[in-house]
Amino acid sequence: MAFLDRTARALLLGELVSGMALTLRYFFKPKATLNYPYEKGPISPRFKGEHALRRYPNGEERCIACKLCEAVCPAQAITIEAEPREDGSRRTTRYDIDMTKCIYCGLCEEACPVDAIVEGPNFEFATETREELMYDKHRLLANGDRWEPELARRLELDAPYR
Amino acid sequence: MIEFLKTPAGFAILTLVQALSLLVPLLILVAYLTYAERKVLGAMQLRKGPNVVGPFGLFQPFADAIKMLMKETIIPTGANRALFIMAPMLTFSLAMIAWAVIPVNDGWAIADINVGVLYLFAISSLGVYGIIIAGWASNSKYPFMGALRSAAQMVSYEVSMGFVMVTVLLCVGSLNLNDIVTAQTRLWFAVPLFPMFVIFFISTLAETNRSPFDLPEGESEIVAGFFVEYSSMSFALFFLGEYANMILMAAMTTILFLGGWLAPFGIAPFTWLPGPLWFFLKICAVLFVFLWVRATFPRYRYDQLMRLGWKVFLPFSLFYLVLVAGVLLAFGWLPNA
Amino acid sequence: MIAALAFYLFAAILLVSAVMVVTARNPVHAVLFLILAFFNASALFLLAGAEFLAMILVIVYVGAVAVLFLFVVMMLDVNFSQLREGFQRYAPIGAAVGLVLLVELALVLGGWKFAPGAASLRMAPIDPAVDNTRQLGQLLYTDYVLLFQAAGLVLLVAMIGAIVLTLRDRQTSRHQVIARQVARHPHETLVMMEVKTGAGVAELGILRPPVDEPEPAGDAHESHGHGGGH
Repeated sequence: MAFLDRTARALLLGELVSGMALTLRYFFKPKATLNYPYEKGPISPRFKGEHALRRYPNGEERCIACKLCEAVCPAQAITIEAEPREDGSRRTTRYDIDMTKCIYCGLCEEACPVDAIVEGPNFEFATETREELMYDKHRLLANGDRWEPELARRLELDAPYR
Repeated sequence: MIEFLKTPAGFAILTLVQALSLLVPLLILVAYLTYAERKVLGAMQLRKGPNVVGPFGLFQPFADAIKMLMKETIIPTGANRALFIMAPMLTFSLAMIAWAVIPVNDGWAIADINVGVLYLFAISSLGVYGIIIAGWASNSKYPFMGALRSAAQMVSYEVSMGFVMVTVLLCVGSLNLNDIVTAQTRLWFAVPLFPMFVIFFISTLAETNRSPFDLPEGESEIVAGFFVEYSSMSFALFFLGEYANMILMAAMTTILFLGGWLAPFGIAPFTWLPGPLWFFLKICAVLFVFLWVRATFPRYRYDQLMRLGWKVFLPFSLFYLVLVAGVLLAFGWLPNA
Repeated sequence: MIAALAFYLFAAILLVSAVMVVTARNPVHAVLFLILAFFNASALFLLAGAEFLAMILVIVYVGAVAVLFLFVVMMLDVNFSQLREGFQRYAPIGAAVGLVLLVELALVLGGWKFAPGAASLRMAPIDPAVDNTRQLGQLLYTDYVLLFQAAGLVLLVAMIGAIVLTLRDRQTSRHQVIARQVARHPHETLVMMEVKTGAGVAELGILRPPVDEPEPAGDAHESHGHGGGH
């Protein structure tokens, strides 16, 4: 009986037909494609994208030039120079990130004691020249200003796991 | 006007017009077959396929064609120049000239010849030359391997295809394509000859080097097979030729088994559509199965391919041929037209 | 007029390509010229109204025989200087063979006699109502059925002979038995196990076969390629 069953299946191309039925079912299923520049997939709060330097709500920059991020950076992409400001507080005079060196590991973010340097949700920062990827302090602060609402939300969501 | 058409010059012009009115829609169909292939494959893999160029991506084939034309034609230094250039032209023109005998409607063929089936069979058996010459003229390893594979494959599957055709011819009693279709007025041959229909369809897959028998161009083993060295327009000609061959084989399947231009069952709501439209719809249905098969099955191994052709299809089609001949003879159904 | 022009065109190409088959230096070119010659011969058949013969010529000779020719010639690496080495030495023998052939041909042609009714038959027009495929069939399967079938048998014997002479089935080679592979069911070969976290493979009783154990020689046919678990 099993032999008959097998032979009948082989002659009627049972396996081929069942395979084709499967692809036909998929043919009518809703598609998984995202229409990318117009539709985007969800991003985790821990997503490590473009860097930003944040400010306090009163406009004061958070970074205190402790240089922990510079020390921890495995790719040595961060360069910091610091001097006391006129009011005596210690601030950076130079905060550069070479985005072509950065490996987006997020260690700088974790090392920062004041949540100043963070990696944001933005991953669409391709440029036409290499020079544009050498970010300086001004650029990083501007990023922070632009993305602040989302950055704050990310930190809040991720806080329980830190 | 009628007199003019009977003169040699008038006849030449008439033939030219007929050929153009067949080839232009055919080429457009080829272009949209590439589009349909990407759409169907995409849909079966839960993707959308091309949808950016034009509405629903409908201008995609033309964008591809322009891209191809803009590329540089590269002829390898070691290649045999004349044959290298000739091979894609041969493939393409062979795929085109076969259409001379295809009847689109009752009597609507450019050349309604007595031995239409043999002509089609001859032309499709010549298709291997484009590939073989391309593979040899490229003077390169992978194209050569692709050519050898293709030669062995196409010769093997022609044998069983020949037997399938003979079975159909036994039921018709004529080699004329028009007669073959009109013989199916009551019942399409796909019903009584269903096993042969399946064998014929699978053989056409092998004959057109389509997946799962696309070993001559198996990209995981031999890069792109016989057209590794081709670029630009010569590559495009191969591509067009291959797809035109697919359409030709679909037309052949339609004529031999699916009743050509005849409406299904020959009853009222179906007969409202004109014959050529039915012919077109049937070709599209067969082509959809081509794409469907490609989306479903992985590539055969070469020894399995040869085994299937020689040890399964050949004995089976021979057996079925004898069976059909016996049945026709026993019940006195032999056509004696 | 057009038919005559076409005839001379095809005949001229046929002759030129036939000459090129013999004189072409590259054997692949020679085969390609042979194909061109076949083509023009079939065109001549068409002009003579023998469409069945024309198509069969293309299908059999161009579509199958010449492909195999090309196949073989492409794979052979023909060395021309080596081929021409003994030309001087063998020329007299070749000439002698050629002469004998020529004399024989002359004898045959000189003694050629037409069948008594042939001359009048040539005048009789072919029945236009019956196409020549049918005519050929009616002749082959009535008057000449014995010869026709005998020729088929000779070809069959030749084919079987070639296969028997060249087929070597080594006992040590491993064959794939597709029927067995297809007949396998998951429940015969697959065991579902509840794997405890942290438990080793050995504790669960799943053991791989020892790697260094040699294959039993007589069992080669039994173990098939896929799913052997090696």
